[in-house]
Amino acid sequence: MSLTAKDKAVVKAFWGKIASKADAIGEEALGRMLTVYPQTKIYFAHWPDHSLGSAQVKKHGETVMGAITAAVGKMDDLIGGLSSLSDLHATKLRVDPGNFKILSHNILVTLAINFPADFTAEVHVAVDKFLAALSAALADKYR
Amino acid sequence: MVVWTKQERACIQDIFSKLNYEDTGPKALQRTLIVYPWTQRYFTSFGNLYNAEAIMSNQKVAAHGTIILHGLDRAMKNMDDIKSTYAQLSMLHSEKLHVDPDNFRLLADCLTIVIAATMGTSFTADAQAAWQKFLAVVVSALCRQYH
Repeated sequence: MSLTAKDKAVVKAFWGKIASKADAIGEEALGRMLTVYPQTKIYFAHWPDHSLGSAQVKKHGETVMGAITAAVGKMDDLIGGLSSLSDLHATKLRVDPGNFKILSHNILVTLAINFPADFTAEVHVAVDKFLAALSAALADKYR
Repeated sequence: MVVWTKQERACIQDIFSKLNYEDTGPKALQRTLIVYPWTQRYFTSFGNLYNAEAIMSNQKVAAHGTIILHGLDRAMKNMDDIKSTYAQLSMLHSEKLHVDPDNFRLLADCLTIVIAATMGTSFTADAQAAWQKFLAVVVSALCRQYH
């Protein structure tokens, strides 16, 4: 399910609209994931507070969303562009790749809440494809 | 046996009370057919599903979306035994309609997103958790009669 030229254009245009709120979206998506899918907390056992609003969730949400925003500019070669992040996730963090889908879902929910008019079905499919391609690139070095 | 807390029950009933079934149902099914186009395989009798515009204006899709929401309403009204409530529906989907159960999850995800867009910030993380637990139980009940 590769990204077409249209998908890339739709993702870029939509990301332009959400750019100013990217940090908040990252924080909310991560916070939702930790609440709705409590098994994901195991990767953050060293955090004192997993709730939405905590300093850790805020900071990490921004980090993750920052990397995703950077990936919007790398859509022509996600595997190459995310190579070092893939190494990190594969060898050091060892996050089960099933969780990438879970975070992606929570990003979509957060986008729908914050941009109900802009997050049309056409934007939804393009962003879903982008996040799936990103997840695959992130898992590329796993084995 | 599924155990519902008082908060979960209240959350789920509250969400349903805020929905217009004739709007949410169609939107959820349209989104499923657009975002996951292979799901269109089950609706070949619905006519033109050729592109997003066609899907959004297709009357059969809209009607069926509404039927689905009313079906979920039945589950909500029988939350303590969704398994039995959905026994016949499960048989129908497996024996007659031959729907791949993975598709139930795809529809569930799209429905969650439509509800998130409708409810905005009142769809809190806790509300999302309760809602997705409800949908997981519904999907499980629909999968029960597959052999």
